Amino acid sequence: MRKEFSGWIENFGRAEPRFVFLTGDLGFAALENVQAALQGRFINMGVCEQNMVSVAAGLAQQGLVPLCYSIAPFAVFRPFEQIRLDLALHKLNVKIVGNGGGYGYGIMGASHHALEDIAVLSVLQNFCCFIPLCNSDVSGACEALFRHVGPSYLRLGFGVWPATIEGPSRFKPIRKLIATREARPKATVVGLGPVLLNTLPWICETGVADVFAVSQMPLTDLTNDLLSSVSASGLVWVIEEHSARGGLGEHLATWLAKRAIPFTFYHSHALGYPDGLYGSQSYHQTLSRLDTASLQRTFQQLIS
Amino acid sequence: MKDHPDGNDLKELAQFRQQCAKKVLELYKMANAGHIGSSLSCLEILVDLCFYRMSNDDVLILSKGHAAAALYTTLSLSGRLPEAQLDSFYKEGTLLAAHPPCGGTIGAIPFGTGSLGHGLGLSCGIALSCRFTGKSFKVFTVLSDGDCNEGSTWEAALFASHHKLSNLTVIIDINGLQGLGYTKDILNLEPILDKWQSFGFAVAIAKDGNDFSSLSRAHENVQSSKEPRCIIARTIKGHGISYMADRVEWHYLPMKDEHYTQALSQIANAEAE
Repeated sequence: MRKEFSGWIENFGRAEPRFVFLTGDLGFAALENVQAALQGRFINMGVCEQNMVSVAAGLAQQGLVPLCYSIAPFAVFRPFEQIRLDLALHKLNVKIVGNGGGYGYGIMGASHHALEDIAVLSVLQNFCCFIPLCNSDVSGACEALFRHVGPSYLRLGFGVWPATIEGPSRFKPIRKLIATREARPKATVVGLGPVLLNTLPWICETGVADVFAVSQMPLTDLTNDLLSSVSASGLVWVIEEHSARGGLGEHLATWLAKRAIPFTFYHSHALGYPDGLYGSQSYHQTLSRLDTASLQRTFQQLIS
Repeated sequence: MKDHPDGNDLKELAQFRQQCAKKVLELYKMANAGHIGSSLSCLEILVDLCFYRMSNDDVLILSKGHAAAALYTTLSLSGRLPEAQLDSFYKEGTLLAAHPPCGGTIGAIPFGTGSLGHGLGLSCGIALSCRFTGKSFKVFTVLSDGDCNEGSTWEAALFASHHKLSNLTVIIDINGLQGLGYTKDILNLEPILDKWQSFGFAVAIAKDGNDFSSLSRAHENVQSSKEPRCIIARTIKGHGISYMADRVEWHYLPMKDEHYTQALSQIANAEAE
């Protein structure tokens, strides 16, 4: 998604003179076009994520629109207090952009993974997270990111929408991607980010489930089509490349419980490092049973 | 502002200082709260800024947010915060809590602080903004010993120097005490002048950071620099009150009635001199 992101940002930055791009010394072979376009408004902060966020807060306090870029764990976890105190509690219009959410950086190891980013940011006051589903979703996510005037986070990953399915529809906080062809769905599948793509072609072929993407956290409400689907299926299956605690699953379950809708809940999520070993994003997805084959098995068990 | 404060200016500043000291003590007594020593440590620094050095467009960030009473008082008595608002200090539903409020609800307090190590980075951002907005103002930020423990402060120092933020002045209220004792015993900062110089700041020492002449000389020594400036103000925690001076417990303790009476008496005696 970095290519789509940098292309969108370049155009945005050319048109918006208040925009300032800060990077924590990352973005090789990805942000050169942004740097060339913005010149003095592109600032390499060095490997100083705490200062990057505080400086962004100072810029925003003076009416500028700064963005802080790094890989997801460095963008979120190191400067967490600066994000909380300098940005969220001051409601400042600063964008945090983290590349490689989930296991996106694969063999780079645990230091480079972000399995808790949505959880820790979603609990902050005044804070909003945007999670594009696939590469072609990035421009819509960026538009939403900048339409939201306040502190916010964009979690980038990698995902190609399957050519065999029409879509995706326009970026929205919650959107229905696939509708069952049955009278009523056997399951309501709700996913966060590109890992949901691991289910799309084959679930579509079965025609027995509704599939929804959540692209904005924390949830602020549920859509009518999602509520109708859960009421009809009685089975909610949440899929996310994120820890169970504080992720989409917990948020969604709470919202559904508030609506007093009876449902069975199953959660496929990042399990961390169950064997203590490291590998590619695909390796970690497999260990967490988030790969396509594991998800297919889970789905069969759930609907049988 | 004149380049050098003359005798009358210094006399006036001393009078403002005494007014502010009395108000700070009154607030802490009313609140039955601590952080008195910290406020008295940096009071002259803030009085110098608010009553003499800063123009209306300049920005002040108190990174050592625990000295909030000194900030509220100097802002208020210099006309930047309604004096009546001081009565709400520490009360339920106040904006004036023990540490400065978040959200920019008070114009003269752009950022809520209280967790050390934030002020300099925030100040760097505000100072840098002038390059994009075309505005022209100075940014003053007041740090403590504890602020200089924080890694984020040194990240910001690198940044300020690299980007030659000459509209930024850091004033370190270095009273030699922090949370549980003397800085030299906990996490030695010396030689602190060398540290800030080596980070690329134009540095001057105010040998007596509780003295207006000393502070002014230090500011004057760096005022023509094209680098960010740093004033190392060697102060005394609890300055001006004998039983508080250089005592770590007055970071925390509230005053009993006899403490308060004694403190007011010492201020009155100093005024008489």
